[in-house]
Amino acid sequence: MMLGRLVTELLQVALLVGAAPLFVGWVRMLKCWTQGRTSASLLQPYRDLAKLFSKDVVLAENASWIFRFTPYLVFGTTIIAGAVVPMLTINLPLAPIADVIVLVGLFAIARFFTALAGMDIGTAFGGMGSSREMMVASLAEPAMLMAIFTVSLANKSTSLSHIAEVMYSGQSLLKPSLAFAFIAFILITLAETGRIPVDNPSTHLELTMLHEAMVLEYSGRHLALIEWAGMMKLFLFMALGSALFFPWGIAISDGPLEIAGAGIIILAKLAASGIVLVVIETGLAKMRLFRLTEFLGSAFLMATLGMLSFFILE
Amino acid sequence: MNLQIAAQINSFLAAFVLLTAFAMLVQKRIYSLIHIFAWQGLLLSINTAIVGYVANKHHLYISSIMTLSLKVFVLPYILHVLVVRLKIRKEVETLVNIPMTMLIGLALVIFSYHLMAPVSELSHLITKSTLAIALATVLIGLLMMITRKHAVTQIIGFLAMENGLFFAATSATYGMPLVVELGVALDVLIAAFIFGIFFFHIHTTFDSLDVEQMAKLKEGD
Amino acid sequence: MKVVMIFSPGEIASASILLLMVFALLAGLLGRSQGVLIVFFSLVATLASALTTAAGVMTVWRGTSEQFVLLIGLPDLPFHLRLDPLAGFFLTVIGLLSVFVSIYSAGYLKGFAGQRPVTRLVVFYCLFLAGMFMVVLADDALFFLISWEVMAAASYFLVMFEDERAENRRAALLYLVVAHVGAIAILLSFGVMAGLATGFESFSGYTFDAMRQATFPVAGATAAFLLAFFGFAAKAGMVPLHVWLPEAHPVAPSNISALMSGVMLKTAIYGIIRITFDLLRVFPWWWGAIVLFLGIVSAVMGILYAVMEKDLKRLLAYSSVENIGIILVGIGLSMVFSSFKLPVLAALAMTAALYHVLNHAMFKGLLFMGAGAVLHATHERNMEHMGGLIHRMPWTAALFLVGCVSISALPPFNGFVSEWLLFQAFLLSPSLPSPLMKLFMPLAAALLALTAALAAATFVKAFGVSFLGQWRGQRQHTVHEADWSMRSGMILAAAACLFLGVFPTVLIDWMDIVPEQLVGGRLSMSATASGWLWLTPVASERASYSGILVFIAAIVVYGLVYIVLHVKPGRIHRGPVWDCGFERLTSRMQYNATSFAMPLRRVFGFVVNIKESVTLVPQSAHAAFPKRLQYHLRIRDHVWNVLYTPIAGASFWLARKVGRLQQGRIQSYLIYSFLTILVLLFLTVL
Repeated sequence: MMLGRLVTELLQVALLVGAAPLFVGWVRMLKCWTQGRTSASLLQPYRDLAKLFSKDVVLAENASWIFRFTPYLVFGTTIIAGAVVPMLTINLPLAPIADVIVLVGLFAIARFFTALAGMDIGTAFGGMGSSREMMVASLAEPAMLMAIFTVSLANKSTSLSHIAEVMYSGQSLLKPSLAFAFIAFILITLAETGRIPVDNPSTHLELTMLHEAMVLEYSGRHLALIEWAGMMKLFLFMALGSALFFPWGIAISDGPLEIAGAGIIILAKLAASGIVLVVIETGLAKMRLFRLTEFLGSAFLMATLGMLSFFILE
Repeated sequence: MNLQIAAQINSFLAAFVLLTAFAMLVQKRIYSLIHIFAWQGLLLSINTAIVGYVANKHHLYISSIMTLSLKVFVLPYILHVLVVRLKIRKEVETLVNIPMTMLIGLALVIFSYHLMAPVSELSHLITKSTLAIALATVLIGLLMMITRKHAVTQIIGFLAMENGLFFAATSATYGMPLVVELGVALDVLIAAFIFGIFFFHIHTTFDSLDVEQMAKLKEGD
Repeated sequence: MKVVMIFSPGEIASASILLLMVFALLAGLLGRSQGVLIVFFSLVATLASALTTAAGVMTVWRGTSEQFVLLIGLPDLPFHLRLDPLAGFFLTVIGLLSVFVSIYSAGYLKGFAGQRPVTRLVVFYCLFLAGMFMVVLADDALFFLISWEVMAAASYFLVMFEDERAENRRAALLYLVVAHVGAIAILLSFGVMAGLATGFESFSGYTFDAMRQATFPVAGATAAFLLAFFGFAAKAGMVPLHVWLPEAHPVAPSNISALMSGVMLKTAIYGIIRITFDLLRVFPWWWGAIVLFLGIVSAVMGILYAVMEKDLKRLLAYSSVENIGIILVGIGLSMVFSSFKLPVLAALAMTAALYHVLNHAMFKGLLFMGAGAVLHATHERNMEHMGGLIHRMPWTAALFLVGCVSISALPPFNGFVSEWLLFQAFLLSPSLPSPLMKLFMPLAAALLALTAALAAATFVKAFGVSFLGQWRGQRQHTVHEADWSMRSGMILAAAACLFLGVFPTVLIDWMDIVPEQLVGGRLSMSATASGWLWLTPVASERASYSGILVFIAAIVVYGLVYIVLHVKPGRIHRGPVWDCGFERLTSRMQYNATSFAMPLRRVFGFVVNIKESVTLVPQSAHAAFPKRLQYHLRIRDHVWNVLYTPIAGASFWLARKVGRLQQGRIQSYLIYSFLTILVLLFLTVL
């Protein structure tokens, strides 16, 4: 029984690690289509990663151990986060090690070290990226907590598995508070995963970079790990949104068939969420850095309205 | 349709009415503002129809249709024409910055909840919980009139307030008598026309619709 | 351990206080040879603190209370001592950090060798420790206030240690003034309580026991609470009474800063808990709301000032304001829950607050020790002149990093556990019966999340600017690693940070008796219900966290990734930093402390008093090619202008008015006395 669950856990992590580049490839492909360009293959992100892994690493002369340690930390922390979010089944044996607040903490530790790595070399870009990233994070965090608060109000829990379970039972259908929390969650996801309008994942223009500026000095396998972790983070946020708001399809029992079915359903959900993401990204322009207060302010507003409507209307 | 589901839909619509109120509060572009106003009208109209169905009050259907035609089509159209005629292009200017306005708005929602909690206790209608939202919509409309400088946005704020009142009437007592509602609707329509005429005059006099210009009207000094 | 068995915890604690006092007296004799003095001092202080810690741990573990009456004191007013679990918990906190700091001090004080004698510092250090221990043990108002004053006076002299600089004298004076205004408020509060307990005719109300047995009328209790809260909050550095803290803590020697920020502020927290939950016991909910509100304000304001600061020690001092705010939030929440008769939730909030007390002592102590090591090596407090220290001071850098990660509330370190517990307490606030409180609590929680995120930004900045990048100042050749005694002090504190983060269930089991005695609820039934691995504050389906498994998983996953990647050895080249073809990059082109905080200054600047100016010095040839560009930035507390300047002005004005009474003629003074006597006599007739 326990062994079977552990296998599911490993399968889920493997799915996260394996399918994250595919998801990014899918998003890039959709984006090309919407912009009237011919797209690269769906597998292009795998090729990029393979290329980076085979290359040698070039380190700046004054890079310290923090710079070399960070890629492993970021990658590893994202994997731990992936072991907690229910994707295939809600009976994950490792799920109790972290509730959704700990999950936010895990992403925070990855961000903390990425920001430090950005400052390690001592270039102006790295520091700029770190400084901006920490500002965006400090604006996104209250909104994130408020969204969590709202979801946990409706489901009486902060444990992801338990939230999915309650949602399943249908008690929380048609609740305005959850609708607001969901809108807030989308806005926060855009900020946390560095998508337009907060950050442009494909830019290398100095003044508009946030995340890219921090990791500008990385090369070879270090860069590959960072990029891969970024893809997994995007994948994870989509899976998190599915677990919190649309858990239908995640297996409740341990049957292998159900789990296989859940695997297919989660991929379908991700494909759909990719479409939503591309629609948002194509429809919006990148915002100026200081307009982000309004953007993340609206995320906070949405989450707070969710909380208020829980108390007022439900 | 059972009462449970009707109540849930009603709450949902109330939540979205509140959302549109906030959206108007923070929206900077004047065309989007008018669109959001139209959406709010649509939500109100659907809500009225549902309440009418649940409460079995047929005059609510009429007021629903009236809301639909007036607030979703006629008034936005008049405003749109105004904006086009007056060549208002630039973004709406606000007096207070937007995150601050949002926070004040949230405080107003909490305040109205606190105020309405005892009233809702007494009511036994399925729509009782939306009273606080209705009051909040009225207050936010007023807040919008205070924080905006432009005369057209102030009118939208005024109309949003009226929407809030209408919503309050529907949720508190299942709507006012039809006569009253007809009267109010007519008033609003006429008000919009009068505002339009005034704007043309203000515009020709001051060459601007910025209400701060009106400080010039003060005599003396 | 044997010693512990023979003597009771109270005796051990008293003995170590006595030991510290005797050593303070004898230190003068050893003053001839500074080296010997430092070694002896470090041994004695470490021993005394370790004994006290043991006494504290034992008391909490056994859950017993013991009382003593000392025969010294004023006639008929003997000193009372009491060691109950609450006191035991705070003894543990103070003792544990004092052990680490005393070990650290041996190396740190050697840095003064040849510059100045350290005898004075040693004497007051011992008195300071003794004072803090006595405050916690005191069981009557008189002894409490005497200990409080011993602690305050000793710390005043410690802040003044390097008294040749005007800045230090000014800071110390400010500290003394605020401490004494606070002390007066506390004295009055005790007066009110004693008076209400036994009436003003007898003095027997001065013992805490008498106050415990009394039932206070609400108005009297409120007056006592507000006075005590004001007094203790001034000592704790709560906004708006915090202004002394960022002045006094940075100028003290760093081992003293560690103690002041790490544990002295906690004695004030102890005072608030003791008076509210133990002596007054019953209170209306709005007391808690006040504490909660001011706590949130302190947390947000403290961290906003910290993130804009460029002086490393001032940054840490402001961060203490923030952490005191977080602790007060926990206490306020516990008060609110407790006044609405929700004992388990009150216990949860109280546990979170106490856990944060312990955590903050550990990581703030560690950070101040690290800042001390940096100061020792570079003679710099300004981060703008540091950079790249990780290459010169690898140990200090790694240990400072542990402190930064802990204070930024990142798992699996200790800061995260207490903040997580606090968030869980907030998430349970919907069970409050008051509708308004229900709506405001989540907003407070959101502000707490903002604080946590800003803390992360602050410590990315603190670590990134001072330890990473390239050296910005001069004198790099003198930078050296801290010596072993300093390192071991820091290593112990860092280990404590990790331990507290990874084994929260052990700690919560241990300290559960404290909230139980204070608010009548227990946590350990539910918190460790699913085994020691899982921390489940309310129920396992509600929320769970396992620090140890996060830690193990992290090590396993990082290790696996590393091994998988290094099966085929890739090569690592070292090359110069990419300079975009500019070729003349200097270390002054790095992001520094001021520029790092710029986005946050733009966003949150409206709450802070910022003066920013840029002046161009044009070259004679063309205005487009300025010769120099000067940038000035000054950040001050708004509180100064709003609160302190008017008060200072008013008191000067009053002093001038009163000054008119001073004539210099003996006759007029006699007239004053004469008139006073007449008025008093007249009043007695009435």
